[in-house]
Amino acid sequence: MKFGIVVNEGPYQHQASDSAYLFAKAAIAKGHEVWRVFFYHDGVNNASKLTAPPQDDRHIVNRWTKLAEEHKVDLVVCVAAALRRGIQEENLAAGFRISGLGQLVEAGTQCDRLITFGD
Amino acid sequence: MLHIINKSPLSNSSLESCLRVAVSGDILLTEDAVYAATSGNAFEAKLREAMGRFKVYVLQPDLDARGLGDRLMAGVTSVDHGGFVDLTISNNSCQSWL
Amino acid sequence: MSDATVKKFMFVNRKAPYGTIYALESLEVVLITAAFDQDVSLVFLDDGVYQLKKGQQTKGIEIKNFSPTYRALEGYDVEKLYVERESLEARGLTEEDLLVDVVVLGRAEMGALMDEQDVVLSF
Repeated sequence: MKFGIVVNEGPYQHQASDSAYLFAKAAIAKGHEVWRVFFYHDGVNNASKLTAPPQDDRHIVNRWTKLAEEHKVDLVVCVAAALRRGIQEENLAAGFRISGLGQLVEAGTQCDRLITFGD
Repeated sequence: MLHIINKSPLSNSSLESCLRVAVSGDILLTEDAVYAATSGNAFEAKLREAMGRFKVYVLQPDLDARGLGDRLMAGVTSVDHGGFVDLTISNNSCQSWL
Repeated sequence: MSDATVKKFMFVNRKAPYGTIYALESLEVVLITAAFDQDVSLVFLDDGVYQLKKGQQTKGIEIKNFSPTYRALEGYDVEKLYVERESLEARGLTEEDLLVDVVVLGRAEMGALMDEQDVVLSF
């Protein structure tokens, strides 16, 4: 199965990004494909490379980057939502790319299932 | 359809709205919605009543995290994240009631 | 778009406007989805029905009034707007209070419509 995932909340504030990550990992472990993760609303904050959590906490941003590298997951940050919130190319973490909302629509049309994680 | 709920029914109406509008299918309680599936909570009777129309699942890691792993009410099926993935496949579509 | 797949997209709006940005950003997705020639339905449930209330005056809160966009949806061929009757009634509203023409559905009809969709996005 081909999965698309939507993340609508920022890291640490809400559990949404954690839940989405664990879902993606479980899907991949079962042999499915996570084709794209689309970050929308405050979810765009998951892509900030300036994120620096305490040492003993999980690093949510790096976790997404690693998932993208190891499993070719396309991490897309909505451009309109990102610009509103100060996420730009210069502070974008590795593995993420900024693009338009059409990428979300495409995830809906191309994937067998689209799962949303938000508040 | 798989209905995914992530809010406590004692402070948010999303589960109540889902039960009012949705016709049938599976319900998965995640994050703060797991409180709905614990024995003795004020929403228990309403959830039990809905079990005729829906099969109800709870994401066990979220229940465990909240210290309620041993309070699961009867009739609710516990799943892990892999089980969550399976539910999105066995249902033709899904909706997160945010 | 890489191919011509057309799916049934439903956008479920359950949040009031201005208190949070969800309603506005949801509308942006709706417009893009329509531009990609998908089959789009909009649903307003619970506090989401407040998004359609006539007479929004946002000058005093210095946030852009985006409610006129709902009237522009028709120009993007987004014509399927559904409001749940119970949600309207619970808020003391009637169809006359809404700034666009909608189809008012009972809860069971609404639930059945949801079941017909390929992709449901809830904001």
